[in-house]
Amino acid sequence: MPLPVYAGPFGPQQAERLLWRAGFGPRPGEEKWLADKGLEGAVRWLTQPQGKDRLAGRSPRVDGRKLAPTDRFGHDHLWWLDRMVRTSQPLVERMTLVWHDWFATSNDMVGSQRLMIRQNLLFRRIGLGSFQGLAMRVAINPAMLVYLNGLNSTKEGPNENFARELMELFTLGAGNGYTERDVREQARAFTGFTADYKNGVGWVRFRYKRENHDDAMKVVFGKAGPWHWKQAVRLTIQHPSHAPFFVRKLWSYFVPEPPDEETQALLQALYVQSGTQIRPVVAAILRHPRLYEGPRMIKSPVVFTAGLLRSRNDRIAHEDWVWLAIQAGQLLFYPPNVSGWNDERWLDTSTFRARWEIAGRALRRYALHPEHGRAGVPSDPDKLVKQALEFWGDPPVSDETRASLLAFAQKAMEAAVADDYRQKVFPVMTLNALRHLVAVSPELQTA
Amino acid sequence: MSKRNCHHCDEFSRASLLRRSAAQAGQGLPAIEPGMPLPAGTGLDRRSFVSRTVGLALTVYGASALRPAMLEEGIARAAVSGAGNRVLVSVFLPGGADSLSVLYPAFDGRYRRLRPQIALKASDGPVFREDGRLHWHPSLKPFAQLHKQGKLTVFPSIGYTHPDQSHFTSRHYWEVGALDYRESTGWLGRLLDIVGDPENAMQGLSLDGNLQPSLATARVPVSTLSSPSDYHFHSHHVWDVVEELMMDAVGGLGGLQKSVDLNLAKASATAAQSDRLRRQLSRLVGKDGEVKLNDKAGYPENDFGRRLAGLAAMLDRGFPVRAVALTGPGDYDTHADQSGPLSDGLGTVAEGLAAFQRDLERRGLANRVLTLVWTEFGRRAEQNADNGTDHGAAGTAFLIGTQARGRMVGEWAGLRRLDRDGNLRATSDFRAVYSSLLEQWFDVDAARVIADAAKMPRYKLVG
Repeated sequence: MPLPVYAGPFGPQQAERLLWRAGFGPRPGEEKWLADKGLEGAVRWLTQPQGKDRLAGRSPRVDGRKLAPTDRFGHDHLWWLDRMVRTSQPLVERMTLVWHDWFATSNDMVGSQRLMIRQNLLFRRIGLGSFQGLAMRVAINPAMLVYLNGLNSTKEGPNENFARELMELFTLGAGNGYTERDVREQARAFTGFTADYKNGVGWVRFRYKRENHDDAMKVVFGKAGPWHWKQAVRLTIQHPSHAPFFVRKLWSYFVPEPPDEETQALLQALYVQSGTQIRPVVAAILRHPRLYEGPRMIKSPVVFTAGLLRSRNDRIAHEDWVWLAIQAGQLLFYPPNVSGWNDERWLDTSTFRARWEIAGRALRRYALHPEHGRAGVPSDPDKLVKQALEFWGDPPVSDETRASLLAFAQKAMEAAVADDYRQKVFPVMTLNALRHLVAVSPELQTA
Repeated sequence: MSKRNCHHCDEFSRASLLRRSAAQAGQGLPAIEPGMPLPAGTGLDRRSFVSRTVGLALTVYGASALRPAMLEEGIARAAVSGAGNRVLVSVFLPGGADSLSVLYPAFDGRYRRLRPQIALKASDGPVFREDGRLHWHPSLKPFAQLHKQGKLTVFPSIGYTHPDQSHFTSRHYWEVGALDYRESTGWLGRLLDIVGDPENAMQGLSLDGNLQPSLATARVPVSTLSSPSDYHFHSHHVWDVVEELMMDAVGGLGGLQKSVDLNLAKASATAAQSDRLRRQLSRLVGKDGEVKLNDKAGYPENDFGRRLAGLAAMLDRGFPVRAVALTGPGDYDTHADQSGPLSDGLGTVAEGLAAFQRDLERRGLANRVLTLVWTEFGRRAEQNADNGTDHGAAGTAFLIGTQARGRMVGEWAGLRRLDRDGNLRATSDFRAVYSSLLEQWFDVDAARVIADAAKMPRYKLVG
């Protein structure tokens, strides 16, 4: 039984959805360009990028200076946001975000932008390869060792934090076929890593210290042996609960409702037969009918922000994106806890207002001054709505949203009749306002 | 050293951003160690809700065990039982305000020699009546006026032993009320842990949207509130009737709430809820988007003025507030060209607090409220080459209110005997101020809140 593949028309609308799910939305015209490749070609372009990522356009400048991602607070966020905006390999960047959420590590605890970016480069480099390989690299990644107390976990005092989260959140699922004893035994297997704390610099000289490692017998999932960290990861990935967990979790990053049983089973088989390869599973999800025919997904704050900038071919030019990200609830490198961001909680009255501010910040350089003439700005409400939608690349919107935009434009134009001054400035203000309203419409908050 | 090259100051902005976002009650402040690049924080335990009782949007810290309904009840109950409670408002001037400009020795030859370019002239500011050597900064005329009326106590040279010149560390000491890197709750937070109600989230109130570290508690909830007028939907170059129509149109985006696509429906519902919240809050806000101010009090037209105006209105309505903290306007880390920015900042603070005092008096609340104005340190006696001043030691603090005694605490340290870094020496200690306030204003044994209370003198501050 082959995996289901979307067989409907693959036009700009489908290509746009694919670009949002597997990236950060289209640059101007990109959805048409991708649609011309057909579904197969589009998925191949995304999942098998060729060569180095050539970032589009000029690199960002903030207050006239280059970013300092390892040094200045917030510049780590700006550095990555810039990559999301300018990438020519959107899925690589998107998978980096997936792994940042999956193996959530927060600089709140790590305290080093240098180590966090090092982890980020790891995700980017091998994020489409073997999951077992990725899990192994994460297990000994310096930021993770700091975050989940792997440092100084010794045979005298093994720390259970990483072993527990490895099973509960990263590979198997809570209570999914392991016991407290497995946690304790696994913790012993991961003992032996250490580093030095240097004042003013932070953690340095990460290394494995054989004498700190517990090399005695352990029983993990009923299997006895003198397991060390590599074997511990391998045992976990081979656990029967792992493949189902992996497929369910990975799928949830691309499609907002769980897969049907048949799809789940086929994806598991694909994953196991490929030797825990990530790329083929992602490709199968990107071809799946549910991605195109199922419900929309709420864009996360960084996806929303990067998407607005991509759609205008803009680049990062100020630090406001940092506090706006905090307000909207997604400061990169600072997930709220080890289980990552809560995808059910992206939208509330407070984060909605932050998204209004984000849209306003993206729009500021385009806002027309009402008193500097109204060349090219129509006073017909229909045409105003049309222009505002075109500004954002003419995204398809529902009749309801179009009607509410039109109702606003009509009221504003009725109010403009009162005098000459209003007739001059109201159409311009209305266009500014319509662009803003479109950006926070339910259609642009989701994809 | 210019501001651009001052790495302390990068630390200052980064640390303050991080600490603001990480500080939390219940779990305390993130631990810090000297030289540690970043404070290690933990996941946030906070929830936002609109209290129907008080009609305000609150973010509550340290109340994970409480349901919103319980918080509502707690606030309502405390409003009944706690009416008439005494209140302390803490205003922090960030960056280390220059004490030698706040009160300057106009005729002192040393002052002119140390500050050839930036010394203020004798004719600029009014004389300080308790020490004729000193003049008030010209922007602080409202403070001079309050002082004349006996409603303002001056601490001309306040600090602590072995002053630390890191913004981060020194502010931390003041916030937690101890010279202790490891202390993780704020001094006002510990007070609230004693006198507070486990369900009244309004007893400790941060007024600038982020939890102020001094309010971090271990036991009881506290909350942050940005001014009600902060919840709006403005847009650049959209004003007048079009702006009003646009704000209403945000609610119009709620037309897809019944969509079969659940996420489209959710995004649409959020737009509708946000619109509803804005309308609710707008009852506290005038048509112009500003909080309905007590116009006669003469609040300045800025965030600081609006927040204080809102606070006075809330106290008047019996909101159960005990301790309030907010950051004052201005950036006092004046390493270069300090005259203009310092003047603007101090002026806004003084105008705002003078209006707040007038408002409290007109509403008959003045005997219940004291305001403490503080900064993490003063600045170097000698100016630098950029017409600014670098980090120093003793700073200035003020206590304002009809119940403030109005008599200077500790003499002005003077320029004759600077410390070995060329900084003013402290003649009063912030821990003694806290201890005195705890006992005289809150009737709480200071030793329960301030670790060094037994070693500290007491100043007569109240009455």
